[in-house]
Amino acid sequence: MENILAQAKKAAEAADVFTISSEETQVQFESNRLKHIQSKQSNTVALRIIKQGRIGFALTTELRDGQCLVDNAVETAQFGMSAKFVLPILASYPRIEVFDPDIESVSIEKMVRLGEELITAVTDHTPGIICEAWITKAVVSVRIINSSGGQANYRKSVFGLGIEGTLIRDTDMLFVGESESSCHPMSESGGIAELVLKQLELAKDRASAPCQSLPVIFTPNGVASALIPPLMAAFNGKMVLEGASPIGNKIGQMVFDKTLSLRDDPTVVYRPHSRPCDDEGVPSQCTPLIEEGAVAHFLYDLQTAALADTNSSGNGSRGGGLPTPSPSAFIIAPGSASLDDMVSDMKEGLIIEQLMGAGQGNILGGDFSGNVLLGYKVESGKIVGRVKDTMVTGNVYQVLKEIAAVGSEDKWVGGFLSTPPLYCPSLSVASK
Amino acid sequence: MTDNIEATGRYLSEIIKKGCNADYIEAHLEESQTSYIAYRGRELESVGRRTAIGGNVRALVKGGWGFVSFNNLDELPNKVELAINQAGYAGNEASQLAPAESVFDIVPAESSDNPVSIPLAEKKQVLDEYNEIIWRTPRIQTSIINYGDGHKKSIFTSSSGSYIEQERMDISLRLVAIATDGTEVQQAGESLGSRGDFGFMQGIHHKVEEVAQRAVELLSAPQAKGGEYTVVLDPVLAGVFVHEAFGHLSESDFVYENDRMREIMTLGKVFGGPELNIVDTATTPGLRGSSKYDDEGMPATKTYLIREGKLVGRLHSRETAAKMKENPTGNARAISYRYPPIVRMTNTYIEAGSASFEEMIGDIKEGVYARKWYGGMTSMEMFTFAAGEAYMIRNGKLAEPLRPVMLTGNVFTTLENIDAIGDDLDMNQGGGCGKGGQMPLPVSNGSPHIRIRRCLVGGK
Repeated sequence: MENILAQAKKAAEAADVFTISSEETQVQFESNRLKHIQSKQSNTVALRIIKQGRIGFALTTELRDGQCLVDNAVETAQFGMSAKFVLPILASYPRIEVFDPDIESVSIEKMVRLGEELITAVTDHTPGIICEAWITKAVVSVRIINSSGGQANYRKSVFGLGIEGTLIRDTDMLFVGESESSCHPMSESGGIAELVLKQLELAKDRASAPCQSLPVIFTPNGVASALIPPLMAAFNGKMVLEGASPIGNKIGQMVFDKTLSLRDDPTVVYRPHSRPCDDEGVPSQCTPLIEEGAVAHFLYDLQTAALADTNSSGNGSRGGGLPTPSPSAFIIAPGSASLDDMVSDMKEGLIIEQLMGAGQGNILGGDFSGNVLLGYKVESGKIVGRVKDTMVTGNVYQVLKEIAAVGSEDKWVGGFLSTPPLYCPSLSVASK
Repeated sequence: MTDNIEATGRYLSEIIKKGCNADYIEAHLEESQTSYIAYRGRELESVGRRTAIGGNVRALVKGGWGFVSFNNLDELPNKVELAINQAGYAGNEASQLAPAESVFDIVPAESSDNPVSIPLAEKKQVLDEYNEIIWRTPRIQTSIINYGDGHKKSIFTSSSGSYIEQERMDISLRLVAIATDGTEVQQAGESLGSRGDFGFMQGIHHKVEEVAQRAVELLSAPQAKGGEYTVVLDPVLAGVFVHEAFGHLSESDFVYENDRMREIMTLGKVFGGPELNIVDTATTPGLRGSSKYDDEGMPATKTYLIREGKLVGRLHSRETAAKMKENPTGNARAISYRYPPIVRMTNTYIEAGSASFEEMIGDIKEGVYARKWYGGMTSMEMFTFAAGEAYMIRNGKLAEPLRPVMLTGNVFTTLENIDAIGDDLDMNQGGGCGKGGQMPLPVSNGSPHIRIRRCLVGGK
């Protein structure tokens, strides 16, 4: 790495080298049985240079061939964007624990046992259900060095456990599922099993939804599948800079209901999306995005922040290319209403657990529309059964402007979101 | 780069032959170069080059699979052993694999010009012209252009004695125009792809202009009223429909160990009208889903999935074919050496019928004409897909434009509800398919215009 930086410094004014390597083991169950065991080793090194004021970039898996990497970066720098940022100097980083050494000692036997427990719990409850399950452990090492003398490195452990079940009757298909992740290894699967069994219980009976506007409760999974993709785009500093974010010029304004607060937070210890610094070596920070309904901040990397005349929020993220602003983990602050309170408040409405295809419409404008893959009907304050062939359509900015209640029971979804259920007074529902 | 991968391939091939503790072993090696240029707004935002070398070993023992992927090519015998040990731990039944002939073949790329080696300056000039077209359109807020090309050499070797080298090129281009009137934001896009022919990316100025115009027009378009309509799909969207709504259901890994799915997908069952024919084939030259061999070293085939409305076939890996006692189809594919091959589509389409577009819309009193696509998703039984462009059909004629609509439905009833198939088959090369965390796999899909009765449209 030092060699690559030294070679790059000869060819350019400034440079940073980012390496990420990982070792992952995954156990997979198919059709209720153990089927695959996989090990994946990977390493990549990315070089960013600033040459004659322009940014060049190259990436390789081949650590030994530094000169080829530098040559490629130099070629691309002829056309690259003008660099407006300065690489960070040596900084002190917040101490955010994301590595649990216990992960090393988790055996394949143990991972298999977790999967078997989980599948047994679900198949005992609902005979005939076909499950896929996966248990993953991984260790990721990140190191960043740059020509300003900045350097950072950390190691992260990630453990994940998930299940998806399919129950088919005639041509009717029911999909249930849950997953969980942490930097700590998990020793039991009971929590996930319980959530899946609850889904199966609630989905036992069928109910029908009318074609009209109805109140809707989004469960944490439902919030993730329907409401989050538009918000991720809208708070991205790059979209704001381009004028493409509908809330870009609304800092300080009440765009959302006053009960809604959202932050981006990579500093929660032992969470898979936490880290001491971002992929450019900028120290991690917690960034408020919505404060009691008002737009507070946006997310920036170094270059976008420089163009917008602000500071990086430590959200530079690399997905195989140059860093770009990206959320670390969204956290919606819990409110005071329990899910039971919300349900008993409803005369007629829906609970949405999974909305399929919601991220495909005009996300930038906040529109979402999707098929209710897993959802329940509420009548007179009681859940009466599962709805199907039902489509829900809305706009995030309308839906979140007036929230009936923010739930008290928050939960992590997919590692990138912690949210309570949200109760929205009215959404358009189409059904057949 | 380092030692050439052919030498490593031959070495691996020797190790595998000795791997006597497994029912089957295969290995993949891959060497790739890619370049990309991305615009966001007026400025070129990022441009880069990537190179990669990697590989994997997959072993089958008593029906269980072990898989080891790596960038580090050292200690290959240990990696083979690890894959065998893992497979042994997972296995608990008899292994079943459809027979494969031992093949030795070297397959050159379809195109002799490597798009990766075209100077970046030349590519940039073409993209600059397109970006300029978008930007000179009034009320355009910003643009997004992503261009990427790649050259990949892959080696497959197996304990059945096969050794196959394949080389392929790929180009993809996605253009998005974003318009705003101060309060509303709308976008329109276009995706293109080719097997290495850069000429395909040139001279599409009129298409780019259309995209920009469409984004602006959407600003004043009303949202559809949600409900059931007779819907006419253009070839692009109908191609997405056949891929999402039916194609995924034909992938046997969803079916082979699921008795109820097997009942639903019994061969001979009627799914649609006598004019409905659905095909998947990797044998058509020039299409992005085509290849001579799949990632299990099986030769590509043309497979009828539906013929005259009846289910007649499905897509297989060697394992699913053996377990269902059907013929293998060569549909095991992986996006890269980091993943094991799984059952995937290649080029999937509805064959041309006889109706003209005018005939199709002529007797629709109130319906929706949906074109282009944002994306699509399926859960086997249910599908949703998002159209990039839509119009009302009123009294047999195209009427006012609509905001992009989301269509959803039940696969089984929707296929039955196709009541007209156009005579204008067209393939879309811009697609990338995602499944099992493997995305985007180059595929193409296509169809003529089709008409669907009673399709659910999301809206107000």
